[in-house]
Amino acid sequence: MIVEAREVSRSYGSTPALREANLSVAAGEVVAIMGPSGSGKSTLLHCLAGIFTPDTGEVWFDGRRLDTLDDGRRSELRRTAFGFVFQFGQLVPELTVTDNVMLPLLLGRTRRRHAERRAAEWLERLELAGLGGRRTGELSGGQAQRVAIARALVTRPRVVFADEPTGALDTLTGEHVMDLLVGLAREEGATVIVVTHDARVAACADREVVVRDGRVCDPYATGAVR
Amino acid sequence: MTVPLALLGLLEREPSHGYDLKRDYDAFFGRGRPLPFGQVYSTLGRLARDGKVTGQSEPGDGPDRKRYAITPLGRQEVATWLVEPVAAEPYLQTVLFTKVVLALMLGRDAAGYLDAQRATHMRRMRELTEIKRGGPLTDALLADHAMFHVEADLRWIDVTQARLGALAEMVRAS
Repeated sequence: MIVEAREVSRSYGSTPALREANLSVAAGEVVAIMGPSGSGKSTLLHCLAGIFTPDTGEVWFDGRRLDTLDDGRRSELRRTAFGFVFQFGQLVPELTVTDNVMLPLLLGRTRRRHAERRAAEWLERLELAGLGGRRTGELSGGQAQRVAIARALVTRPRVVFADEPTGALDTLTGEHVMDLLVGLAREEGATVIVVTHDARVAACADREVVVRDGRVCDPYATGAVR
Repeated sequence: MTVPLALLGLLEREPSHGYDLKRDYDAFFGRGRPLPFGQVYSTLGRLARDGKVTGQSEPGDGPDRKRYAITPLGRQEVATWLVEPVAAEPYLQTVLFTKVVLALMLGRDAAGYLDAQRATHMRRMRELTEIKRGGPLTDALLADHAMFHVEADLRWIDVTQARLGALAEMVRAS
């Protein structure tokens, strides 16, 4: 298993968001985390990605405890081993498309010329060649999400975490974005964990789990599905 | 119900032999369920009887071949059919609903059933996604139609799962 949550619980004040949640994801797998609003699915994703620390329980990445690492080590791991795609892209509006894609490489001290070349390659793979000089505010929603995917994959991460990556897109655009995200991640051998309430998005995954009241229901693990 | 009208529509495009009609029907609408030759010819026979098509015998070797053409009456029927919306079925008494209510009534695991049903529906969504990826646009659009229906069921499953407690109380009280 490349990513695992073991009995993870996490509360916001007195409100429990996750209750002894378990999830195991194999390397190269694409897994969808589904569930109603407020069920705890995004909290689970943030715990798995080392953004949140669980109150109790353990998070493992590639045979290492993630939740007990100090902030610096976890930040480094997020920068080098993980990629992120969020619902609204969270691109830096002051920067150009190319600068946004290069950002994680530059933060990792890759030389600028090399970073520019890598960014250009990824923009081409995401059908964005020619848009590198634009500001992100000039992009459509679908283009912005493709830039976000390029930024997530440019560091060749082991795991891509995506939180409602098509939530703000129409059906056809969302489908195209998901095809690119999953297709390119598979080509790179990356694992994808995607939070979504959209069955069409989840259908792009190898399997899905449902988070309900902070608990993970995995029909494949419980034997409900044979 | 749609076979006679689909054949009429294909004939409006151009007059055709039964064999070619079947080939076109299977290519556009068959989707793994090819139309039997017997059904093609019996349907054409009924359409001819009702004055919606005419069949012109063509001389030649082998069995008698007829070339079918649509009549003005048939053309009118196609025109009417193509603008009439299909009734939105209420589906109020689905198998899913019946199973959930019966499970609650009998004290069985309705939540477990809904989880298993959900996973089965998701598996179908994945199959349809694959069809969309690999196939031509006609297959993709048909798969889309199926996916939106499966998606509607999935939403119903989720809403029912969320209201299972209240439904259980109601079923047991009545």
